[in-house]
Amino acid sequence: MQEIKASMAGTVLNVMVGEGDTITAGQELVMLESMKMEIPIEGVEEGTVAEVKVNVGDFVNEGDVLVTVK
Amino acid sequence: MNHLEELLASRASEVESGGAEKYHQKLKDSNKLFVRDRLKLLFDDGEYTEDGKFANNLAKELPADGVVTAIGRVNGEKVCVMANDSTVKAGSWGARTVEKIIRIQETAMNLKVPLLYLVDSAGARITDQLEMFPNRRGAGRIFHNQVKMSGMVPQVCLLFGPSAAGGAYIPAFCDIVIMVDKNASMYLGSPRMAEKVIGEKVTLEQMGGARMHCSTSGCGDVLAENEEHAIELGRSYLSYFPGNFHKQTPRLDGKLPSLEKSISEIVPENQNAPFNMYELIDALVDGESFFEIKKLFAPELITGFARIDGRVVGLIANQPKVKGGVLFVDSADKGAKFIQLCDAYHIPLIFLADVPGFMIGTKVESAGIIRHGAKLIAAMSSATVPKISVVVRKAYGAGLYAMAGPAFEPDCCIALPTAQIAVMGPEAAVNAVYANKINAIEDPKERIEYVKEKHQEYKEHIDIYKLASELIVDDIVPGSELRNVLIDRLSYYESKEMEAPAKKHPVYPV
Repeated sequence: MQEIKASMAGTVLNVMVGEGDTITAGQELVMLESMKMEIPIEGVEEGTVAEVKVNVGDFVNEGDVLVTVK
Repeated sequence: MNHLEELLASRASEVESGGAEKYHQKLKDSNKLFVRDRLKLLFDDGEYTEDGKFANNLAKELPADGVVTAIGRVNGEKVCVMANDSTVKAGSWGARTVEKIIRIQETAMNLKVPLLYLVDSAGARITDQLEMFPNRRGAGRIFHNQVKMSGMVPQVCLLFGPSAAGGAYIPAFCDIVIMVDKNASMYLGSPRMAEKVIGEKVTLEQMGGARMHCSTSGCGDVLAENEEHAIELGRSYLSYFPGNFHKQTPRLDGKLPSLEKSISEIVPENQNAPFNMYELIDALVDGESFFEIKKLFAPELITGFARIDGRVVGLIANQPKVKGGVLFVDSADKGAKFIQLCDAYHIPLIFLADVPGFMIGTKVESAGIIRHGAKLIAAMSSATVPKISVVVRKAYGAGLYAMAGPAFEPDCCIALPTAQIAVMGPEAAVNAVYANKINAIEDPKERIEYVKEKHQEYKEHIDIYKLASELIVDDIVPGSELRNVLIDRLSYYESKEMEAPAKKHPVYPV
């Protein structure tokens, strides 16, 4: 199980994947908004989304788990 | 050959074969090379002149006392080298090991040539401590010399194995540390000692491995795949540097950029949308000339050497694709060290700014982002090499300052048509100034209209043509012309002479 974490503190702007989706390395999974910038959070390696832990509008801190991948 | 020469040949070959066979086998098992094979790969034609080969030769098991010190050539230029031999008592330091290292440092200072440290050492021989640790020409003198040499001649560390305890300061005082993945490590106390003294259970790789240091601590600069790769990187790094601070790096023939994409296609107009700054760099600099420093550490700021029409430059570029290109504690540190390195060896600086500012919030304030940011600004501000500030897109707040904004005496501040310079972006600014008025409007539609109107006013106020009209930027250039503009300006600024103000040295905001 692999955890995809927030690279910085911000608000969840968009969630681009759902549970069970197959993802590739480098694919944008979640878009955060921070410092008025769009911050793409990418997959690290190939896998299947096990769980999406956040909703649009949530505040997340740096290091919070956004998505788990198996 | 008479008997004396035969004896010499046999004694020399004994020394040159290093430690016992089992230790050579250990090297092979961990994908490591014998010290003399490393030197053959490093030096042009594998040739070098060695001093102190017979150090401690009466002790039999300590050939060369565990370190090879030599002069040779790399890319045709003279360099000095010290290289640990980990087949000899795990590359540990005795009295003569330390004396040899000090002497090669003195040689490098006298000849004004770069010094490479090929490190693979378990640290001090505790049994020899009185002879090598506390005295005037003990291990401390190695670090004292490193500090003395810093900025005089390039100092490069190729880390093949451990650099333990005090020895870990050799890489720390070098200009650059190239670490071999899986094998190189740096630590003050070994995992065994950590367990005994503080009760922590941890692996060497977790605590002081190459990947950790290159991505998290920032003690490593470049992660090499294996020893051959590390040596190749070391040779390549030196090609960007003069032999010492009196000289300039020679210019080579220019090459076309590797990426043929237009900069206007790479940079989105929407200030808040991410893009990949590496593409812009590839479209700007000579093909295959980019040598990145600290790629894995604080990737929101890109630092590296490149050539533009054959001239060496140092690039400092925000990466909007990572953390929005916002500056953090680590990115500030990374930029500060890189700028100092370029300035010490007359390498012109090019800033590619697309920065929303320094990060805000509790976490970074308690980490001291203000004093870390001050390091970056101080390094940039005191650099006297040609400084070219290119405002690619936004440059907000102290981000503008850190990226060599107009107040910091860049030789020029040039803007692309997408540039936007302001204390903060339109959304944040309108909210800061008109928050009370916005909240007082009850009708939601009217409120949205009001905010829209204020955004428009603000955008007009910070319009790049207005800033050019006020002489804040020196020129606005299309992306398609940026490379040519930089080529011309770098050639004009070559004769720059700038005296630092009369004083001993600034009080660094560290």
